[in-house]
Amino acid sequence: MASGFLARLGAIIVKEVLQLRRDRLTFAMMFGVPIVQLLLFGYAIDADPHRLPTAVIAADQSQITRTVLSALANTGYMRFTHQPASEEEANRLLQQGEVQFVVTIPSDFTRRLIRGERAQILIDADATDPMAAANPLAAAGPAINQALGRDFVGPLAGLRHQADAVELVVQRRYNPEGKSRLNVVPGLLAVILTMTMVMMTALAVTRERERGTMENLLAMPVRPVEVMVGKIVPYIAIGSVQVAVILVVSRLLFDVAIEGSVALLSVGTALFITVNLAIGFTISTLTQNQLQAMQASFFMMLPSILLSGFMFPFRGMPTWAQWLGEALPATHFMRVVRGVMLKGAGFDDIATELAALLAMLLLVSILAVSRYRVTLD
Amino acid sequence: MTRAIDVHDLVKRYGTRTVVDRFSLAVEQGRICGFLGPNGSGKTTTLRMICGLLTPDGGGGTCLGYDLVRDREAIKRRTGYMTQRFGLYEDLTIRENLEFVGRVYELDRLKARVDQSLERLGLATRQRQLAGALSGGWKQRLALAACVLHEPELLLLDEPTAGVDPKARRAFWDEIHAYAADGITVLVSTHYMDEAERCHEIAYIAYGELMARGTAAKIVRSSGLFAFIATGPGADRLAARLRDAPGVSAAAAFGAALHVCGPDRGALEQAIAPFRTDPNIVWQEAEPTLEDIFIHLMGQAHDNAPGA
Repeated sequence: MASGFLARLGAIIVKEVLQLRRDRLTFAMMFGVPIVQLLLFGYAIDADPHRLPTAVIAADQSQITRTVLSALANTGYMRFTHQPASEEEANRLLQQGEVQFVVTIPSDFTRRLIRGERAQILIDADATDPMAAANPLAAAGPAINQALGRDFVGPLAGLRHQADAVELVVQRRYNPEGKSRLNVVPGLLAVILTMTMVMMTALAVTRERERGTMENLLAMPVRPVEVMVGKIVPYIAIGSVQVAVILVVSRLLFDVAIEGSVALLSVGTALFITVNLAIGFTISTLTQNQLQAMQASFFMMLPSILLSGFMFPFRGMPTWAQWLGEALPATHFMRVVRGVMLKGAGFDDIATELAALLAMLLLVSILAVSRYRVTLD
Repeated sequence: MTRAIDVHDLVKRYGTRTVVDRFSLAVEQGRICGFLGPNGSGKTTTLRMICGLLTPDGGGGTCLGYDLVRDREAIKRRTGYMTQRFGLYEDLTIRENLEFVGRVYELDRLKARVDQSLERLGLATRQRQLAGALSGGWKQRLALAACVLHEPELLLLDEPTAGVDPKARRAFWDEIHAYAADGITVLVSTHYMDEAERCHEIAYIAYGELMARGTAAKIVRSSGLFAFIATGPGADRLAARLRDAPGVSAAAAFGAALHVCGPDRGALEQAIAPFRTDPNIVWQEAEPTLEDIFIHLMGQAHDNAPGA
């Protein structure tokens, strides 16, 4: 009977809505989370980043070099932040990710230019993220030649007709062929670990609460830190296996090798896994049931993909979004993995990232232990 | 005799609601104390305060000689608390559950203890089954075995036999008595009157207040209640008509017989007088049952309860 069908269907719908309305946190998250994410990502993400930090080694100081540099700055893609004294220092800045580009103007630049010889400008680019490097490099050459055209007056007017008086020598470092996968595969390590590690532990405590085993556990003489560490340790092992699998597959199928030290990468990874597990544990002490814990994990995951520099260039985001990104463990781990795997970064290069992860671990652990109750109060 | 439980003036509030109100209780070592009271009367909250799962908002006392609030850890080590809902892991086997509990309490000779416990339970042959596959009665016996694995001095059991069949209940109570004989003190909450009668003594709580205390016989003697039993065709049908009559605190049909009681003998007799004329129905004075008394106390407490 159609009427009977509708009545029963109605009964189920009414019941579902009532239950949904009662779970306030879930309800709030269903509406709040999309709005927050829409605003956040809509304003934060820029696939064509500007004002990228750039180091300049200008061995030749002249009116012409100043013209060249201001032409580069005027493209809007480069912002001169460092003036390293040596090439080594410049390389270190690039390795540590302090700068995206190093512009080197050789000492004989002006002289050669005036003599009508080919003058070179060197741009070393951190090409681990081909997307971030492509547009600035493409814009650099034309901008320089155009600007110089205006400077070539009087005795230099003859140079004006030379199509490219200045040769731009570009070195795409760490990823010379500009392969996206070199950038994406190590980054995936961070994303996959965030996804699984946070969620697995987020469910750990809420599951005990939902199944009614929590009361029994609390009545026994176990300390909060024992419960927390005990619940986390098995997942560290699982995370380690995941990492091993991802690295082997990266090597075999995607031809992504580890440039730097495997031991260093392992230390960074172990730290990152632990941070994620601690976050998951904290989520599970803050949420009432498994559904809420799942939602909270997802809320954590999307920014880890979108704001961490995984999908879009980190420096393309507005400053506030970069600060937000800095608060995510995935951002720091992304730099560790890309640094070690692609750039062969050493401990000194990634020490600040490791320190940031360690600080997060401490902070989150304190929060988790203080949130976990020995009593049912 | 030393007191295993000695708490006084315990108060627990949730927001503005006082769930337990100045509750005092002393239980001597080796006794089985039945903890009775209507649903929502604060039994579970009281048990949780005694075993350190909840911090009292007022009052205090000792449990096994340890301070209720300060020595929570020491109390937890010497107490076995069995939750109302099955608190072991359904996705672990019977043996794994017991081993887990044993490890948490850092027990030595773990294997031997678990073997012994399984033997005593009669679950040795099923030890590799998942705990979730057990029937209700067996689950409760397993939970009890897990509670006593660390040889506690005090057992706090929260409605351990709810929904369990009579045979399993009897087996469960035989075990409780065996533990008491070993010197373990037991505080057990229940809704079953036959179980109340198997306790050495009873504490009756209603709306967070202790209403009656003592042995079953003493509670019956000092209840101040009078009761009549009516038998004969149609006697049971009078229950509905007598229940709200003045002077009657409870009227209930038991099979074909009717059971009425009230605190004032004269008023009670007056209430039943109109029905005594029926020659087919025989009225007899009887001792009030524990159930009569508890239902009566519940009504009284309700009258006292603020806002009720």
